[in-house]
Amino acid sequence: MAEATQTRTSASGARLQWVLVAIGIAALIAAPFVIYPIFVMKMLCFALFACAFNLLIGYTGLLSFGHATFFGGAAYFCAHAVKVWGWPPEAGILLGALGAAVLGAIIGFFAIRRQGIYFAMITLALSQMFFFFCLQVPFTHGEDGIQGVPRGHLFGVLDLNNALTMYFTVLAIFLIGVFAVWRIVNSPFGMILRSIRENENRAISLGYSVAYYKLAAFVMSAALAGLAGAVKAIVFQFATLTDVTWQMSGEVILMTLLGGIGTMVGPIVGAGLVVGLENTLATSGFPVTIATGLIFMICVLVFRRGIVGEILARLPGAKNSNS
Amino acid sequence: MTMVFGIPIQALLGQLLVGLINGSFYAMLSLGLAIIFGLLRVINFAHGAQYMLGAFAGYLMLAWFGIGYWPALILAPLVVAVVGIVVERFALSRLYDLDPLYGLLFTFGLALVIEGVFRYYYGVSGNPYPVPALLAGGENLGFMFLPIYRGWVVVASLIVCLTTWLVIERTKLGSYLRAATENPRLVQAFGINVPLLLTLTYGLGSGLAGLAGILAAPVYQVSPLMGSNLIIVVFAVVVVGGMGSILGAIVTGYLLGLVEGLTKVFYPEASSIVIFVVMAIVLLLRPAGLFGKDA
Repeated sequence: MAEATQTRTSASGARLQWVLVAIGIAALIAAPFVIYPIFVMKMLCFALFACAFNLLIGYTGLLSFGHATFFGGAAYFCAHAVKVWGWPPEAGILLGALGAAVLGAIIGFFAIRRQGIYFAMITLALSQMFFFFCLQVPFTHGEDGIQGVPRGHLFGVLDLNNALTMYFTVLAIFLIGVFAVWRIVNSPFGMILRSIRENENRAISLGYSVAYYKLAAFVMSAALAGLAGAVKAIVFQFATLTDVTWQMSGEVILMTLLGGIGTMVGPIVGAGLVVGLENTLATSGFPVTIATGLIFMICVLVFRRGIVGEILARLPGAKNSNS
Repeated sequence: MTMVFGIPIQALLGQLLVGLINGSFYAMLSLGLAIIFGLLRVINFAHGAQYMLGAFAGYLMLAWFGIGYWPALILAPLVVAVVGIVVERFALSRLYDLDPLYGLLFTFGLALVIEGVFRYYYGVSGNPYPVPALLAGGENLGFMFLPIYRGWVVVASLIVCLTTWLVIERTKLGSYLRAATENPRLVQAFGINVPLLLTLTYGLGSGLAGLAGILAAPVYQVSPLMGSNLIIVVFAVVVVGGMGSILGAIVTGYLLGLVEGLTKVFYPEASSIVIFVVMAIVLLLRPAGLFGKDA
């Protein structure tokens, strides 16, 4: 997806960016005092999930259609560790992210053998396989899922049953996760990923072992998606099959597409909008799938840069990389 | 009782028949996908939804107008094909110059909308569709009981697949199609209306999905979700077969149906994932797929 936009930041543009980031963080700190905290936490989990997904599609040019595996898989691992083994929440979350990384290594190993559209189909098929696996193995409790996961005490001290403590824990993890994505993207490693996105053959001819970089990006993206899923399991105190379905994989694509593929804040905006929309529709009786499907079609037809991408492309001084 | 590998032969043959029937649908659906992909370079995610649409078209024709199975066998695929042609004309054709992934995403959204609409009006439970009188009942073959309709499904899908293959390989229209797959610009330069060819191809592909749907209606129940899980399996079939070859798509479809049937006999727990496992193995040994030429 070469249409991703990039900001060419002048000095003033960079300052503006930091101001906006500061405002955003301040808004997130204030949010739980204004909005129902659980709702904001849900948004944050999905926003981190979408950022992790964007690392692949936006900066490496790989469309994974199976990211629910890492999100939902990590939720299961974390929920099981915390509930059945009695692990503290931080260990459970870490295990979830690690487990997702392992799943990412396995799925990535197969998927990077093909490119483009095949890559999407293989990730989709393998994640569907993981869905059936989750349906059948006993530890996930099939249709019921793992319920009543205790939130416990973070590092043995902070009581996560307190809504605000939980919220700021989630916010901290979210910020760390997004910072990790930002660091990866703006590192020499990230530059190589972008070069693969722009022209894979040239990257190969320059001597980069593209397969290795793709796999590394895939594993990182999976681990971060897992981080989001594991945190979600702690927040909502359950892990269910919903999070490993292909519909969930589609949802994260939609969030990223709507917000803006290949932009830092796009996926966050997209996740906020999609979660907000679903929340609104849940009470209205209008089927969510129709709404998401329509947004998908509209985005693809007329709106491929996404909301943030369109704004960035129209900013004075911003130059279109292509298109 | 005759036993094969410690399994009663009736059970074995019964599951092989189920596998063959599933394989018939895999073959028809992956055939349609391969035709569309070959020319349009679009992975038609809506293929499952179009299959469902075919089944529902038949079901609603019977419920609203009393149109029976045989006319529906022609009309339902036509309805789906017309819907497909409209979609191609007004939306898909705008995406050809872009990364093929946009086609996948667009048809994904389309599938969500179609399924969402039917789910809204008909819920998730299945609606039974009667087996036509001519094909009701069954035949005792001595070693097993064969419901006639299921035999018909296998025969019909073989006819459909072979006809489609013959049309593409042996007719003039088919040769245009193959030529346009190789080099659309050159074919256009020869004065052949390639955009029209693209539209018709998408219509043909979705029509095939609709035909598979109406054939499936009496076997499985007609439900809004009947296509969505099937389509992912069909994607795996297509990866195994390799997109390049029409015949490859057909053969792989039947083959994997049988493999799935056999797995149900010997190791039922794995039957829902065996096709994905096969896909992983094929990717390791032959990344381009069994019949594919190149990635």
